[in-house]
Amino acid sequence: MKRLVIPAALALLIAACSSTPEGGDQSGAPVESRAGGPSVATVTTGGVDGGRLPAVLTDPKSILSKRSVYFDYDSYEVKAEYKDLVTAHAKFLTENRQFRMLIQGNTDERGSREYNLALGQKRADAIKKMMALLGAREDQLEAVSLGEEKPKNEGQGEAAWAENRRGDMLYSGEF
Amino acid sequence: MSGFAIKLRFLRLLALAAFALLLTPAHGQLTVEITGAGANRIPVAIAEFGGDAASSRIVTSVIRADLERSGLFRMVDSSGVALTEATSPAFGDWKSRGADALAAGSIGASDNGRQEARFRLYDVNKQAALGGSAFVTSKTMLRAAGHRIADIIYEKLTGEPGVFSTRVAYVVRAGAARYELHIADADGQNAQVALISREPIISPSWSPDGGRLAYVSFENKKPVVYVHSLASGKRVVVANFKGSNSAPAWSPDSRRLAVVLSKDGGSQIFLVNADGSGAQRLTTDTAINTEPNFSPDGQHLYFTSDRGGSPQIYRMNIGGGDVQRVSFEGTYNVSPRISPDGKSMAFISRRDGGFRLSVMDLASRQVQVLTDSNKDESPTFSPNGRMVLIATEMGGRGVLSAVSLDGRIKQRLSIPAGDVREPAWGPFNR
Repeated sequence: MKRLVIPAALALLIAACSSTPEGGDQSGAPVESRAGGPSVATVTTGGVDGGRLPAVLTDPKSILSKRSVYFDYDSYEVKAEYKDLVTAHAKFLTENRQFRMLIQGNTDERGSREYNLALGQKRADAIKKMMALLGAREDQLEAVSLGEEKPKNEGQGEAAWAENRRGDMLYSGEF
Repeated sequence: MSGFAIKLRFLRLLALAAFALLLTPAHGQLTVEITGAGANRIPVAIAEFGGDAASSRIVTSVIRADLERSGLFRMVDSSGVALTEATSPAFGDWKSRGADALAAGSIGASDNGRQEARFRLYDVNKQAALGGSAFVTSKTMLRAAGHRIADIIYEKLTGEPGVFSTRVAYVVRAGAARYELHIADADGQNAQVALISREPIISPSWSPDGGRLAYVSFENKKPVVYVHSLASGKRVVVANFKGSNSAPAWSPDSRRLAVVLSKDGGSQIFLVNADGSGAQRLTTDTAINTEPNFSPDGQHLYFTSDRGGSPQIYRMNIGGGDVQRVSFEGTYNVSPRISPDGKSMAFISRRDGGFRLSVMDLASRQVQVLTDSNKDESPTFSPNGRMVLIATEMGGRGVLSAVSLDGRIKQRLSIPAGDVREPAWGPFNR
């Protein structure tokens, strides 16, 4: 089946649009209605700034610089090979009660976005539960899901999908 | 899946796309490609309207494109004939051109620089007027006038209301860290940007009054449910509890939303007021419960759960009781959406490894798989219930596809070089 050819000028216009400036404003100016119907105002979301973390969390030689737990297909079990990693982070949180951690669960791209969001939540919850058993306090931990929305590897196939079946551990200032 | 008796491609859309250059905002428009059509299309002639010729061309080209796009009509050549609503048509001539129905009209000047669009629709065989109307409009509103005339013609000839004046919302991934929530006319034109974010936006859901969209935004590095008033851009956080907040669905009276919260552990369905107050938990088991969708009478919620070992569709009453399993065939049935008449359910079913749009007749539980694609997602009914809009993938990028309930008519809507997903078809324009 043949595709419609889009006039080159239209394509150029579309390319030009990506330079719209972004800001932290939550309520943009109303946009003029072009061909009838109610007008729609454009809003640009703000960003979140990163902060400074102690070297022990970022030094590549420290186990605490590692932040990802990978899961098998359709599984929410934290595999044995990640127990030392989760234990080290739980110990850090136990010894540094001022720190908070956001655990983000992720899935591969197959299937419904909302169902995948729920699957990612199960992975994040599994890591959080283990952290709590190892001494981190409930108020230091938040488990959330990004579902399939933020793939680490945007490729297709099992190798890419395996990278995306993941839980990431972020500290205050990193989210 | 139904075979397509007829495959159509309308180069006329090229002209429309070129025309859109004059009106387009500084971002991509959806282009529409028709890949299937109904077998018995009604032959209709839209004469050139009288009055200002340039304005007439805009209105009549919108009417013709709308009717053609529906897959239910075949345009009869009307070239060279301008006919106003005030002149009696030469019915014999139109009959010999093959038209069963004929529309004629005019665009005239009105007060304060405004214009008036008038039209009349005729039954050519009976040689009788079927109806007509007049709209006050303006140069910038001529397309909207065309959509409204097409809606009336559609309703007169099919008995169902047309949806050409409605709007669709969808998300465009415009770059690695750029997501845009767009609102466009049902023909993909006149797209406006409601939200720009560096983080994903999913699950837009129209309020039944058409003024607000609920959606999930990840701008705070976690899923949070917002309600966004489109005219003002004002946003209200409806659910930002500890954990994930997702899958908003409006109650038919616009007063409440069903949402999915993980604040108590797991993913559970709650009802909240539209201002975010009064969260009330409905599901209590330990399984995944998500993707709630109200029945049109507001008495039931359909949802996806893995409580039986695989994701399937269930139904409960809005108090959380009387839970019944609805889907049985296969091991992956998700994303239930109930038709406006409450009789059908569109959903996504995994068949032969592909995720495909399917429709269940709720009375008989009969299921029909409507596509043979691999990555269908996020079905949404047109407000007249005749079409289902889905996100799917073509050539590695996201496009939207509108499929008729019998699977015969298919339209693809895509943005050049853009990744389009998460469609939501808005309500009737009241």
